[in-house]
Amino acid sequence: MSKKPAIRIIPCLDVTEGRVVKGVNFTNLVDAGDPVEMARVYNAEGADELTFLDITASSGARETMYEVVNRCAAEVFIPLTVGGGVRSVDDVDRLLRAGADKVSVNTAALARPELINEISERFGSQVLVLSVDARRANTPSGFEVTTHGGRHSSGIDALGWIEQGCSRGIGEVLLNSMDADGTRSGYDIEMITRARGVATVPLIASGGAGALEDFDLAIKAGADALLAASIFHFGTFRISAVKEYLRGRGHLIR
Amino acid sequence: MIAILDYGFGNVRSAQRAFARHGIDAQITSNREECIEADGLVIPGVGAFAACMDGLDRVEAAAIVDARLLANRPVLGICVGMQVLFTEGVEHDIPRIGLGQWPGRVAQLPAGILPHMGWSEIDSAPGSVLFQGVEAERFYFVHSYAAQKWELHPSESLAPALVSWSEYGGAFIAAVENGPLSATQFHPEKSGDAGATLIENWINQCL
Repeated sequence: MSKKPAIRIIPCLDVTEGRVVKGVNFTNLVDAGDPVEMARVYNAEGADELTFLDITASSGARETMYEVVNRCAAEVFIPLTVGGGVRSVDDVDRLLRAGADKVSVNTAALARPELINEISERFGSQVLVLSVDARRANTPSGFEVTTHGGRHSSGIDALGWIEQGCSRGIGEVLLNSMDADGTRSGYDIEMITRARGVATVPLIASGGAGALEDFDLAIKAGADALLAASIFHFGTFRISAVKEYLRGRGHLIR
Repeated sequence: MIAILDYGFGNVRSAQRAFARHGIDAQITSNREECIEADGLVIPGVGAFAACMDGLDRVEAAAIVDARLLANRPVLGICVGMQVLFTEGVEHDIPRIGLGQWPGRVAQLPAGILPHMGWSEIDSAPGSVLFQGVEAERFYFVHSYAAQKWELHPSESLAPALVSWSEYGGAFIAAVENGPLSATQFHPEKSGDAGATLIENWINQCL
């Protein structure tokens, strides 16, 4: 028996006003259902964790999200990460109280990196996922952090940012390739490999999954967990089928 | 009645929801009498060992646990709620005294990537009651520290503890069943159906 943790398969539900949406490169949103209903289905199919991303968080409607989180936590007994618009220790506190197990931070940590230390010191690093929307660019590592769903450049080097996050106390990195996101042309394997080289915490790869082989390649590049949205929402692949395929490729799967 | 010890740390609501799944309305409380008299007491815990111990000291958890064990009443520690049952925890080279029900030290896992986060297999102890029916299942862990040696030696008068092990960087203790005192390093309340079965197995010891 190998006791390494199983590779986690994590469906991501982009939520706005209590409904799940997922767009190609974050535009052209298409409604894909009730988040709690989908969470229940994904749990039954073998999802190892769930992620809710509140994509309208910046423009309000937080209360709806707390309610969705609360309902989900009462029905689905696997870890739930919530992100989107998390700006303060108080935001984290409210999400954890609503039933989230982890929160992800992105823009607010870029604006004020001390937020990472504050959250980690208060709740422990295990609650904190650093969400990094990265793309290829002319920075020292060749990858930069973007903001606003990939529309803006931050000028910050992505690998340097991951290193800084680890030293400030994050518990995990969610690495989303903005070049690959929504294209279904495969994860950015080079980016995963390079991020794995600097991260001292588990690494979740996201963005670009379109074929079963893509999951296999991302794991071989060093991803501890794989996150995907549209291919699950629209039934391109069932989570159970992805896990069966990966088991066949010799990976540890729950 | 199942009580969940409320001392400011640990996701008490998650624990409560896990019992609600079995039709049990667990009470979140730090009331000493309620905690001592309850049919079962859950000690949750997340974050830092020292911070959790500060919170436990404020509600005089050591006396509560002692009183329960003397009366042979079940206690279940979860995650850091398990770690604090050992003699001490060492985080960032600073030791902190624990509740001391079991000899031993909780220290950082010898792994390059921490925390240990995810679903891992467990070598469940032969005869385990908690793992009955879920011996081969994976459970959800999220922790950087653990007890890595079992140092309570069996005596002639007491039944030996059942110790279940897992591995991340090295072997560590995943669960202990020691008379009325049980604990899991993983989160049964987040371990899906396997976790629900384990909680049900514990409830059956309480009620």
